[in-house]
Amino acid sequence: MIRIFKIALRNLMRYKRRTLLTSLLITLGLLMVILFSGLAGSFKEMMIGQITDSNLAQMQIHKKGYVSSIDTSPLNLTINQKGYKKIEKMLNENPDVEAYAPRIKLSAMLSNFTETTNIRLNAIDPDKEIKVCPDVSERMKFSGSQTPDILLRPGEIIIPEKLAAGLKIKIKDSVVLVANNKDGSVNGLNFTVAGIIESILGPQGKEGYMHIKDAQSLLRMEKPEIIEIALRIKKFDKLNDVYKDLKPALAKFENKKGKPAFEIHTWEKLSPFSNIAKMIDIMTVSMKIIMIAIVLISILNVMMMSVYERVREIGTMSAIGTAPGKIMSLFLAEGLSLGLISVLAGNIIGILGIYILNIYKIRYAFGRQDNLLLSPTISFSELAWVSAIVLLVSVFATLQPAYKASRMEPVDALGHV
Amino acid sequence: MALVQIDNVSKIYQTGEVQVKALQDVTLSIDEASFVSFVGPSGSGKTTMLNLIGCLDKPTKGKVFVDKDRVDTFDRIQRAAFRGSVLGFIFQAFNLFQVLTTYENVEYPLVMIKNESASKRKEMVLKVLESVGMLNQKDKFPDQLSGGQKQRVAVARALVTQPKLVLADEPTANLDKKSAVNVIRLMRSMRDEFKTTFIFSTHDPGVMEEAEVIHTLEDGRLV
Repeated sequence: MIRIFKIALRNLMRYKRRTLLTSLLITLGLLMVILFSGLAGSFKEMMIGQITDSNLAQMQIHKKGYVSSIDTSPLNLTINQKGYKKIEKMLNENPDVEAYAPRIKLSAMLSNFTETTNIRLNAIDPDKEIKVCPDVSERMKFSGSQTPDILLRPGEIIIPEKLAAGLKIKIKDSVVLVANNKDGSVNGLNFTVAGIIESILGPQGKEGYMHIKDAQSLLRMEKPEIIEIALRIKKFDKLNDVYKDLKPALAKFENKKGKPAFEIHTWEKLSPFSNIAKMIDIMTVSMKIIMIAIVLISILNVMMMSVYERVREIGTMSAIGTAPGKIMSLFLAEGLSLGLISVLAGNIIGILGIYILNIYKIRYAFGRQDNLLLSPTISFSELAWVSAIVLLVSVFATLQPAYKASRMEPVDALGHV
Repeated sequence: MALVQIDNVSKIYQTGEVQVKALQDVTLSIDEASFVSFVGPSGSGKTTMLNLIGCLDKPTKGKVFVDKDRVDTFDRIQRAAFRGSVLGFIFQAFNLFQVLTTYENVEYPLVMIKNESASKRKEMVLKVLESVGMLNQKDKFPDQLSGGQKQRVAVARALVTQPKLVLADEPTANLDKKSAVNVIRLMRSMRDEFKTTFIFSTHDPGVMEEAEVIHTLEDGRLV
């Protein structure tokens, strides 16, 4: 086998320029895929991280039917204390769940005593919320340069920056929140602005924050109720597995009609960015298909020329008794070697390219967010997968020319001019 | 039984609507360890005869026996295996592998066909290279050798597997007169040393003189 590869390599070196050009083409294709995968993958991961770690959380549990009417922030689809306890017990028993936090989502009127506007609010338990969305404070500006020990105290509100700018509200100003409870009665409370929060992508990306106890008072909840439970799991790559575990467990809790009382969704069902993420995946696959086409056509072309140019040589091999299978393996080894050389070069240059991109720190804007830093990375498994595709396609592209060579009649091949 | 037995063999090539009778009702036998030449003008059927004996082609009619096997009934795989184990070939244009050195060219059949061990290969290759006087050129590539040297390497490659029969189609056609005679004499000395049967074709009178048995072909018939 070593001898076969030795002969294959020497035959490749026989036509140095052609081998170099073909290898260069495949290397560029591979480089393109590695850089695109690195950039697109890290962009996707960063955006998902920002959405799940600073606002949405990785999964959410609601009363059945809430997500389909999420735009109206219904207050009648709440989870009561009893339901919350049941879910809490289920989550505590699951070893993959890292943290969970109760939330109340509500719409209210915000007034600075001279102007009034609508505001959507996320009422949280700050201690629990920070465990579910550890980056939530990174979007917030407070009076000091540092994040306070307690993100939000009762009586405080954090309002979206666009809204603050519109109403000319500053940190430490007093504002009034007026909200309807689920029975339609109105209540109002005074709050101090503790911070300003910048917007991010998604329907929940422009919400203000208040303490969950204040929300329960504002909405005049006689017993504590919540709207959603945000979840964080220990390993994000196990998201779908954990979802598949939790969904049937949650379905066991039934309402009075004997139907599931709660629903669970991953971030993908809750954020429009999941469609962008899917598009990125499709584009990455498209890049891989282009690369496959480059490898297929270039190696097929080279190997067909190689067979055509060496008809007499093939005839000699066959005449002196080389078995057709050995002749085929000689050409397959040549195609595979060409693929292997290109894979090595492509991987080295690709990794170097990603390293350089990280040195020169790419910053970009997305939606209303500026100065986002892109840190392209590529996993070993992704490199191995792309390399395996190139090698497989190299062998596949060589099959036809190699088969043709192995089927040549020596008497015809020796007479070839 | 003779090493090669040709019984009433004919070979007809069909080119479009034209039939070319390359060999017609040829019967002959060749003994072991003989040094035989097929002579005749171009188109007389010399190459066709060697192709049939060498299992490179099949007759249209008749039987071909080599080393007691009826080779005209073999399929592709059987013919390839037979060529690798019983026959050796020397070509007019030397047909050495350009990417291999002298040593590797001679070693090729032992690696790719015989699957001999490395130590056995080395012993066999060095022995045959010494016999053809090419031991000191063993690391050179074909394009660094003269025509006569290339044909010596080709002789060594044909002999290294210790075949019973070596077929050489116009082995001296691409050589000058002195080199041609040298190569034929080398082949004969190899026959003496290894007891291998040599069959070659030529239309060079100087080379013909070196043969012990001469079969003359004209228009596909033995004369």
